[in-house]
Amino acid sequence: MQHQVTSFASYGAFRTSTPPPPISPFSGAWRNKTRGIKTETGGTRLPRHAAIVAQLELKPLPYSLDCLEPHMTRQTLELHWGGHHRAHVVRLNNLIAGTDLDGKGLEDILLATYNKGNPLPAFVHAAQVWNHDFFWQSIKPNGGGHPSGKLMELIERDFGSFDTMLENFKQAAVTQFGSGWAWLAYKANKLDVGNAVNPCPSEKDNRLVVLKSPNAINPLIWNYAPLLAVDVWEHAYYLDYENRRADFVSVFVEKLVSWEVVSHRLRIAMEQAAERARKETREDDDEEATRSDAVEMYLDNESDDSETE
Amino acid sequence: MAFRTLLAKKTLALASSFAPVSASGDRWLGASLHRVRTLTVASLPDLPYDYGALEPIISGEIMKIHHQKHHQTYITNYNNALEKLDAAIAKGDASAVVQLQSAIKFNGGGHVNHTIFWQNLKPTNEGGGEPPHSTLGWAIDTNFGSLEALIQKMNAEGAALQGSGWVWLALDKGSKKLSVETTANQDPLVTKGATLVPLLGIDVWEHAYYLQYKNVRPDYLKSVWKVINWKYASEVYDKETA
Repeated sequence: MQHQVTSFASYGAFRTSTPPPPISPFSGAWRNKTRGIKTETGGTRLPRHAAIVAQLELKPLPYSLDCLEPHMTRQTLELHWGGHHRAHVVRLNNLIAGTDLDGKGLEDILLATYNKGNPLPAFVHAAQVWNHDFFWQSIKPNGGGHPSGKLMELIERDFGSFDTMLENFKQAAVTQFGSGWAWLAYKANKLDVGNAVNPCPSEKDNRLVVLKSPNAINPLIWNYAPLLAVDVWEHAYYLDYENRRADFVSVFVEKLVSWEVVSHRLRIAMEQAAERARKETREDDDEEATRSDAVEMYLDNESDDSETE
Repeated sequence: MAFRTLLAKKTLALASSFAPVSASGDRWLGASLHRVRTLTVASLPDLPYDYGALEPIISGEIMKIHHQKHHQTYITNYNNALEKLDAAIAKGDASAVVQLQSAIKFNGGGHVNHTIFWQNLKPTNEGGGEPPHSTLGWAIDTNFGSLEALIQKMNAEGAALQGSGWVWLALDKGSKKLSVETTANQDPLVTKGATLVPLLGIDVWEHAYYLQYKNVRPDYLKSVWKVINWKYASEVYDKETA
């Protein structure tokens, strides 16, 4: 089998930004040329002299366009990666050019433009670029089979069996009404509720979950670690499966998924969760220490009413 | 098949006349035993034209799958949800009633929207694409400036819609004003305003155009006007503004 990575013309990692549109003398912006100028996308346009910026590029696929046949045809990949995914990259670059989001990492842009649930125009493009990168890396020629090791262990712990997890995953995918995604994710976060403390924190609080999301939303916004995604926008399967989304998802899990990649992502997610937990314990310990100092100071207070007369 | 072409709806009671009767006089229907109750369910309306009649604007392949698969699936799922809802109401199971709402909205909305859509389209040799005149024509000029401006606005909003949904030409029954609205997924137009009546709806779910126009939704939107049935829109407009 030939392995030519046929990549469409992709953007270089660095290119000069397109100059911002002319500033009208009445906008007030000409007075603020040394400070950032607020744009409608919520970013801040930097002054003209910050010309060279990093632009996001359409990452080449990890396999050639016909390597996933017949499960995902060349035509689908050409349109999905070369059309849809590419368009999001272009639109994103246009929207963030010259703003303070320019040059940031994709995940940072995604979270910033999500804007805590009030998404800015660039969000859908940032999220879809991330989602599609993630999706292409989740699959491979001759994929499928079973996971092993820690991933299988957690699947069996949290779902009962591999088949049950797959069933849940497929159900999420076919019941995501309209456009969206279905996910397997590692949930290791704590709710940010000030005084809610888990008295016996353990690794067991962290678990695998299956979830679905509409349109461009992905679980990063809920602080989960995505492990696997299937695109259930109609464009992902319509040319190959017409309306039969369930068939597409079955083929996806049976013939395309790269469980090695999913395992690798789980490893990273668990390490990050452990690191976060260690940091939080250190912070809690530091807090404890300062608190007990304060208590001692109070007891040592001479003017306090005590038994010693 | 004959049933479907003759009747727009059928009643569950009719279907159950073929079901066996138990000792207590109740009828078995599927896996559950319940008293016969008249529940009007939906069925797939026939298209007023052949699948290939809208070529080359919308391919016969798309029309067939759109009608026989997508619309039929909404109807099947809607009817299932209705039966479950009926049972839940009878039992007074409020929790189940609430839980069924999203299935009813998705699938019922899909049925409502597509039933309108088939009427909104017409082959060119039967008047599809002919611009509206008199009352609706004047209303469009008043509300949007010109027909071209309206079309441009609908195309822009349809193209910008994220994900799946519809773009509508809406009439407000109260104010008699026309407006362009979009709805997400299969939300019917009324979800945007209780007094809104759909004159025209254009399906911008990918299944409506992908096999032919691929990812170029704007091309689909530009072309679809050649098969839009303005006569139907005028009739609805005149009826609501009478």
